[in-house]
Amino acid sequence: MAPPGLPRPVAEPGTAVTGGPGQCAVRLAGVTRIYPGAGLHPPVQALGPLDLELRQGEFFAVVGPSGCGKSTLLDVLAGLSRPTSGTVEFEGRPVTDRVPEGVGVVFQEDASFHWLTVRDNAAFGLRRQGVPEREIAERVDHAIAFMGLKAFATAYPAQLSGGMRQRLCIARTLVLRPRLLLLDEPFGALDQQTRLLMGDEVLRLWRETGATVLLITHALDEAAMLADRVGVMSARPGRFIDVVTTGWPRERDSTIVARPEFGQVTARLWSNLRAESMKAMSTTA
Amino acid sequence: MTRAGWIRLGVVVLCIAALEIACRLRWIDPVAVIPPSRMAAGAWSLLASGEYTRDILLTLENVAMAFGIALALGFAGGVLLHRMPRLRRAADPLLASYYAVPTFIFYPLFIVLFGLNRWPLVAIGVTFAVVAMALNTLNGFERVPAALHQTARVMGLSPLQETFLVTLPACAPYIFTGAKLAVVYAFIAVIAGEFVLAGSGFGFKIAFAYNNFDNPTMYGLMALLLLVVGFVNWGLTAWERRLHERSAGR
Amino acid sequence: MTANVLSASPSAAWRAHMDTALLVAALVGAWQLLHFAVGGDALPSPLAASRRLVHLLADPDFAANAAETARAFGYALLISWIGGLGLGVLLGAHRLTGDVFEPMLVTLYAIPKITLYPVILLLFGLGISAKIAFGALHGIIPVVLFTMTAVRNIHPVHLKSARALHLTPAATALHVILPATLPEVFSGFRIGFALTLLGTLIGEMFASQRGIGYLLVHAMQNNEPEIIVALALLLVAFATIASSLLLALDRRLRHAA
Ligand SMILES: Nc1ncnc2c1ncn2[C@@H]1O[C@H](COP(=O)(O)OP(=O)(O)OP(=O)(O)O)[C@@H](O)[C@H]1O
Ligand SMILES: [Mg+2]
Repeated sequence: MAPPGLPRPVAEPGTAVTGGPGQCAVRLAGVTRIYPGAGLHPPVQALGPLDLELRQGEFFAVVGPSGCGKSTLLDVLAGLSRPTSGTVEFEGRPVTDRVPEGVGVVFQEDASFHWLTVRDNAAFGLRRQGVPEREIAERVDHAIAFMGLKAFATAYPAQLSGGMRQRLCIARTLVLRPRLLLLDEPFGALDQQTRLLMGDEVLRLWRETGATVLLITHALDEAAMLADRVGVMSARPGRFIDVVTTGWPRERDSTIVARPEFGQVTARLWSNLRAESMKAMSTTA
Repeated sequence: MTRAGWIRLGVVVLCIAALEIACRLRWIDPVAVIPPSRMAAGAWSLLASGEYTRDILLTLENVAMAFGIALALGFAGGVLLHRMPRLRRAADPLLASYYAVPTFIFYPLFIVLFGLNRWPLVAIGVTFAVVAMALNTLNGFERVPAALHQTARVMGLSPLQETFLVTLPACAPYIFTGAKLAVVYAFIAVIAGEFVLAGSGFGFKIAFAYNNFDNPTMYGLMALLLLVVGFVNWGLTAWERRLHERSAGR
Repeated sequence: MTANVLSASPSAAWRAHMDTALLVAALVGAWQLLHFAVGGDALPSPLAASRRLVHLLADPDFAANAAETARAFGYALLISWIGGLGLGVLLGAHRLTGDVFEPMLVTLYAIPKITLYPVILLLFGLGISAKIAFGALHGIIPVVLFTMTAVRNIHPVHLKSARALHLTPAATALHVILPATLPEVFSGFRIGFALTLLGTLIGEMFASQRGIGYLLVHAMQNNEPEIIVALALLLVAFATIASSLLLALDRRLRHAA
């Protein structure tokens, strides 16, 4: 059960930043992140204060204007950087300075290791964990095939397109079977069709593994199609101004875009985001 | 000045002070190293006496001539390599190992070719500097984006106009880097040549002072030389950085 | 000229090798012509120099001198590579330290280090250690500078990935930092190799009683052009072959980039 009483930032009535039923996988309370200034640059508050709870096995999407602090949120959540204030918990234990076991991250930038082949990239994490080579081969082959990279198993990242490299990074994270999967615009470099298909694959994976997924995206339709709940972030410093529950069944795929409710969800996301995006543009201009 | 700059200054001052103290307290063998204050005094009296002016000027002239020749030859060589890709590919392995060969070994040959005068030394400076100039010129030409050449064609520039209005300005920073290296390398080679082989010049006088156990003169000359070269290099590097920054910010 | 420089087929690589051989042949031809022009007393012919080199190589006295140079060069190279790597990693990992020392290193690279040789002799004495110190002084700077740049330029997301994949610091160094920086570091090694050789030989040319550099100076003073040219030939061949091997290794390490 979600503990009541957490402060709820400007959210519409009926939407909850705290999760519904189910055990709590992630809990952020009062989290802010301020980048210290350097030289002539003043400090930048990139995030919060912000509260968030993710249920075990939930698919949560985050949308927000560019530069609002989405990647910063992911860093804090993963234990890659310490929040300036507030607390982060994963499965009930505080997250500090290390990435907890069971958390997998796919970054916004291309993070493939250019000195390793596709197969060795995908096997990297497993090798470091000392998993037997036989099992590695099995799991890696499966992940590579899953991500449509089978024909490129022996290629180097330099020989792949940007979207293929991003898929490789997803494969590298998936083989570790994380219980919490953090994805930072993983489909950013993909075309719309591939994006929809990859969305279906991620949904299948999510159902099969029961993992909790946090997906950062700039595509509203993607968020609306994939997620159980979509958090809408304000312009910097990012906080949740709305959390939209989509109400999709667990068994779902990209065909739901044809449903009338889908249009309603996207419309609501956009009406929230429009003003924020304009705000973000005018402060950066 | 930046924070790193201040710290650097502090480090240098501290090192000099530490050396001064170590010498004065005889922690370091006074036969080997003299205190920096006496080095400075030595340098000053050298300049004041005028005894070494001829040698210093001779060296500077040799360096200047070696630099000028290397600049022209290296530029021509770079253009040639750029224009003839096949030659370039053939020469690649040789160019890559060029600086592993101590060019001083050709000094006797240069004496035979040019006679016993300043030109063998200048030639050594040229052989050392010219390849750096050529390689950087080549690099500069190769880095001009194809889009610039196409733009020039679209604007109907003649080949000559294209060279002077587009290509050369575009690769100027790299050519400047080559020229800077040519200055530095000309200094290194000419001084080393004087030091080991010749009978006059800045380098020779240092070696001569060493052989005569004349530490104040040796350290004075050394300090003077390092100051001159360090200053020249510092100025050229600052200028170079400005050029590269400007072209990167485009 | 229609050399298709873009094709990387085996036949193109083969042709490049042939072209290099042709170029070398042309240089030898030019040497022969120069020999005719200035006379054998000044510049021995390629044939005479090669013959002399073969004789030299069979001479036990020469072998002792070569061994002395090889020893000094080997130690100096070791110091340049290992010391340069360590210092470079240090300066690269700590931004401020790197900013403080980089210009100093660049200046040290630019000054005629030969002028510092008397100091080294006074500090180390006339033995092999002065040569080693001088060779290392030449070679270590490019290794430090290249390593430093490589470490600084590691993609931050690679380090983040290492943390996200739960790597220990040691595993991060071995499996991420090392492979990410290796090609650059290797370029530094290559240049360091050349400069260490240069430094060692210059050290031997000045105030030394043994080694190839000493033989060179000795031959210059006694006006024995055949020995000079034979030694030059040897050094050029050694430097070119070693450098080509390192370059080939370098290219293989860069396969991905
Ligand atoms: N290392 C840093 N140092 C200083 N400021 C930073 C740093 N990283 C990010 N910022 C600032 O923090 C803010 C949020 O950055 P963040 O990368 O989290 O945005 P984002 O929402 O992921 O944007 P995008 O959608 O473009 O990826 C930005 O305005 C940026 O200026
Ligand atoms: Mg981002």
